[in-house]
Amino acid sequence: MNAPTMNPTKAMRDTMLVAVHDAMGRDRDVFFVSADFGSPVLDKIRSDFPDRFINVGIAEQNLINVSAGLALEGYKVFAYAIAPFITMRCYEQTRVNLALLSEVRPMNVTLIGVGAGYSYVVSGPTHQCYEDLTIMRLLPNMRVLSPADWKIAQTMVVPCLESSGIKYVRLDAQLLPQLYPDGTNPDFSRGFTQFRQGSGVCVVSTGYMTHVAMNAVDSLSAEGAHAGLLDIFDLSGYDADALAATLAQYETVLTMEEGFRARGGLDSLILSLVSERCLPVRVVACGLDNRYRFELGSRESIHEAAGIGAIAVTNRLRSLMLKEP
Amino acid sequence: MTQLDEKTCTQLSGKARWVWEETLKIHRRSPETRVASSLSPVEIFVVLYYGGFLRQNPTNPRWKDRDRCIISKGHGSLCMYPILADLGYFALDELERVCQEGSFLGGIPDPVIPGYETINGSLGHGAGVGAGMALALKRRGMDQIVYVVTGDGELHEGSNWEAFMFAAHHRLDNLVVIVDNNRIGMLGPTDEIVTHRSLRSKFDAFGWATYEVADGHSVGEIYRVLAESREDKSGKPRAVIVNTVKGKGVPGLAGAPLSHVTAIKPELIEQLLEQPPA
Repeated sequence: MNAPTMNPTKAMRDTMLVAVHDAMGRDRDVFFVSADFGSPVLDKIRSDFPDRFINVGIAEQNLINVSAGLALEGYKVFAYAIAPFITMRCYEQTRVNLALLSEVRPMNVTLIGVGAGYSYVVSGPTHQCYEDLTIMRLLPNMRVLSPADWKIAQTMVVPCLESSGIKYVRLDAQLLPQLYPDGTNPDFSRGFTQFRQGSGVCVVSTGYMTHVAMNAVDSLSAEGAHAGLLDIFDLSGYDADALAATLAQYETVLTMEEGFRARGGLDSLILSLVSERCLPVRVVACGLDNRYRFELGSRESIHEAAGIGAIAVTNRLRSLMLKEP
Repeated sequence: MTQLDEKTCTQLSGKARWVWEETLKIHRRSPETRVASSLSPVEIFVVLYYGGFLRQNPTNPRWKDRDRCIISKGHGSLCMYPILADLGYFALDELERVCQEGSFLGGIPDPVIPGYETINGSLGHGAGVGAGMALALKRRGMDQIVYVVTGDGELHEGSNWEAFMFAAHHRLDNLVVIVDNNRIGMLGPTDEIVTHRSLRSKFDAFGWATYEVADGHSVGEIYRVLAESREDKSGKPRAVIVNTVKGKGVPGLAGAPLSHVTAIKPELIEQLLEQPPA
């Protein structure tokens, strides 16, 4: 699958909220709850559906609990806040009233967290989010979705509404180019997309890192070394058989994530799968080093300092392709 | 009608005595259960479940027209097991198996038990979930009431106060929070842990219609205050603070600062069960 040539940049949250707005127009059971967090598109939801929008204020514990109560009464709920706050400020509310309770009572709640990784670049560690993939993936019943661009983010609304249960959607806060071509329908039953087929090494990435990974893979491809590239957008509901079969075509898998390395995120997911299936595949992880950073700079410069920048990952990929030690 | 007639009052008092006895028997069989905090709300639950306040259907616990009752102080609701069994939510002989392998009746109840709405026992969740349910019912134009039974120790959890602000702002007058105000936490009196000062003033300040029951072991008084609160036309959510005694009726346990995790000796339970009601 090739990336579209026009490559327009958009915010994931805008396209996803447009799709939510459309769904609220079609389905009177869709309810939107915000923790005093907005966007221009959200203003349209607020004005067009005032009876199904509510702002709980800066109160994420109540955001989750109120959403659970609405869902128990049959509403399909979207709960919306900044990523670190909707995942970590209210983790026990999510555990008890979503993960545990959905085990015994049907409910449909989608948590939308904005601000994946370093995407709130100048706001610093409080507003950045590098732990969420790990902790949300940990919860039984929680489906963890991590779109790479605004196009796939837009398509996530329908599967979130159509499948009962609880979900967390991790959105980037920045305007990013389109990766998924117009007219393509991501296969939600597989949970991943193979953007590039190659040999020897396959890069597996999620979210923003799929942009970095695609640039690295394509630049090496121009040098004559063709690596594969998989974008994993469902980190809990992926088709393990299909993913294992795809990875088994390679000798080495290089994971790339905007999260801490070897702490239970994407790399752990791949390592577990490789181990469980006894795949003859070496796994190399690119993730953040294990510390918080207060330095200001561009996202790219912070990434280089943290070990996941374009230069660092391209060099890593090149050395793996050349089978350097 | 806000006053109980004498005959109903006697019936409810008798029911409360039976629930108290059955709770002690469960504790005798399963001494790991937290009994003291389950003895303070006996009369609250008896009035709610037998006094005509809750619209319910024990053969169809998720009946859509039921009033919702969230028992937020889940750990302290062992006394609900005899009530639910007696009403027909499940068989009475299940009470023999509380905390035993294969039973669905654990030390802290979960909604695998017919009659329980939510996960309980992890404290501070009921008010927010109840507010969400109350909001949903209002938006759907339904007249069902959401009751949340909480403890005063539980009100140290800040999530409650997020929910109380929210409920008052949205005028959720279909939400009733009942506080089992036994004034004792795990390590002593709540006034010494972190004092609430006046819960009544707090609820008032948060925009709630607040009521208080001086003697939380008088079914007649609980009934009267709940009935009065039901007539409230202020449009506010309602808080009913019920002053109770933790470990009620058990010498050495009642009102003891460390009663929360104290078990009652089987011999004392035998002795108490043989005594006539006070």
